[in-house]
Amino acid sequence: MDKTSAICCRGLVKDYGALRAVNGLDLEVRAGECFGLLGPNGAGKTTTVEILEGLLPATGGTVEILGHTWSSGADSLRQRLGVSLQETNLPDKLTVEEILRLFRSFYASGPDAQDLLDAVSLTDKRRTWYSKLSGGQKQRLAVACALAGDPEVLFLDEPTTGLDPQSRRQLWGLIERLKAEGRTILITTHNMDEAQRLCDRVAIIDKGKVLALGAPRELIQSLGGTEVVEFTCDELVEEGSVSALPGVHAVKRGPDGLFLTVEQLHKTLPLLLSHLQQTGRTLTRLATHHATLEDVFVNLTGRQLRD
Amino acid sequence: MKSITRTVDPQHPLWQLTLMRWRIFVREPAAVFWTYVFPLVLALALGIAFRNRPPDPVEVAVQTAPGAEAWRDALAKDPAIHVHWLDARQAHDALRSGKVFVVVAAGAPRTYEFDPTRPESRMARAIVDDALQRAEGRADATPVKDRLVTEPGSRYIDFLVPGLLGFNLMSSGMWGVGFVVVEMRMRKLIKRMTATPMSRAHFLLSFVLVRAIFLLGELPLLLAFAYWVFNVPVRGSLLLIVAISTLGSLAFAGMGLLIGSRAQNTHTAAGLVNAVTLPMLVCSGVFFSAARFPEIFQPLIRALPLTALIEGVRAVMLDGAGLAAVAAYMAILLVWGAVSFIIALRLFRWQ
Repeated sequence: MDKTSAICCRGLVKDYGALRAVNGLDLEVRAGECFGLLGPNGAGKTTTVEILEGLLPATGGTVEILGHTWSSGADSLRQRLGVSLQETNLPDKLTVEEILRLFRSFYASGPDAQDLLDAVSLTDKRRTWYSKLSGGQKQRLAVACALAGDPEVLFLDEPTTGLDPQSRRQLWGLIERLKAEGRTILITTHNMDEAQRLCDRVAIIDKGKVLALGAPRELIQSLGGTEVVEFTCDELVEEGSVSALPGVHAVKRGPDGLFLTVEQLHKTLPLLLSHLQQTGRTLTRLATHHATLEDVFVNLTGRQLRD
Repeated sequence: MKSITRTVDPQHPLWQLTLMRWRIFVREPAAVFWTYVFPLVLALALGIAFRNRPPDPVEVAVQTAPGAEAWRDALAKDPAIHVHWLDARQAHDALRSGKVFVVVAAGAPRTYEFDPTRPESRMARAIVDDALQRAEGRADATPVKDRLVTEPGSRYIDFLVPGLLGFNLMSSGMWGVGFVVVEMRMRKLIKRMTATPMSRAHFLLSFVLVRAIFLLGELPLLLAFAYWVFNVPVRGSLLLIVAISTLGSLAFAGMGLLIGSRAQNTHTAAGLVNAVTLPMLVCSGVFFSAARFPEIFQPLIRALPLTALIEGVRAVMLDGAGLAAVAAYMAILLVWGAVSFIIALRLFRWQ
């Protein structure tokens, strides 16, 4: 394993009875990078992260965090990691500051409560009960708790799920600052914008396996085109009949019709329309967009991420 | 944030955890009520319901018949006897419905009608016969004198206060620890905390510690209330009562942890708490003496932590017992506390 890797796992397997939640997963997160685990609900993201965090035992495979394993170095590792679980319900009737003091007391060193409050912009809420915070404020507090030990590695499991767009952007700003401080961040999400904006590299995960790995831009480029055309017709259109059109890189059947990946929309779209007209099909839906990580997932699995 | 100096916070995690439990408790009005106010309300209600009253008069019916007037007049002279002058049928009905305890019927010999399975009837027969025999000239073989004893320390309320104290320590310990632990597990708070370097022993110990702190409020409140309102005495050492109660509190906190160590949801936890506390509530002598149960169950009942706690406190409070007399009770509590804590630490489900 590379010396500069902060998180490394090989052949990770986790079974829940007969169900295999993680199925031979390999990951390597380099020190200082922001790495995204991207996948639909039930893909095994949270299970993987909780194994990496030392909260769940793996059925098989090896895990090394900062060069240590959980079996030998758990106590010293915990001092160097920060964790934000997918759902954390902190005590309703404790104030923001009391919660931060509690979490800070578990670590040998770290910023004091005031610094943590400043870092997540909750200083004016310091005497507010947890139950009275908004969703975004609760998530920021969860991140602040994860920062209580001034961690080298930060695990953020779906930090923005369920938040309104403004709170989400505020949290992204916070994560970008943490990244700029040189921390290694592992973030799970099923939000494409989030992964594209924050992550240096992402692993697309489905059914407990890594389907694709790389920088978001590389993954999108691997589609061969940067524009996507989605359409549905009154009658079935064969994939083969449109894949031969000039400028079409890939065709995939999705839940609502066909997805074409094209390089230049203005050249390929007119050809597609006339082809459909000649073959006697009538369009019932047509949409185009810039290719995203979502399209990478659709291209790999034929399913949408948010299914 | 890396540039910020790494100042060492002087606050110890065990203290912070205990503080957390304390804050959550005092910010929950219902918890404060059940722990501090409810026992006082219960003591007040039961103290009033079972207060000592002057003895009820003995209700006697004398059947109307020639010659029975003399009996009626003789009985009426005794202030402890209340005489009804009824015909045979009325007298029989009054006896059957419990309005009178005994009927004096004319005839040769004089007949007492009563139900021997009713204790008050048997007593009434003895009192009535005694009064009539005396009026008819019977002399006592040996002169005797009565000294009446109705003093604090031997009334029902005196018996009840140590029982309520034990009951309160048990239920607040079991619910306040067992139920709360499971609630924290359901909220994934335990999982979140185990993702930090927090010591697991500190986490469990904070529950036990905070129970000891609550006790310092519960105990003086109930004892002072009982003293001011009902004049319930504390004959032995107050310090010894605090010591027994502390051990009791720790025993129940340990048992609460054990109950909460595996349960995945609060329904299971509530069922377990009830399954453990209700039998003790009945058997351990909270409201009536545990000695009423058959001899064969006594060793079992005496080994229960609630019995040990209540009997220990009762012995010190009411009989002024010393350390030697209650050491066995304290040992029982210590064993319950230590064994449950150790098992809980091993069984505890952290995820």
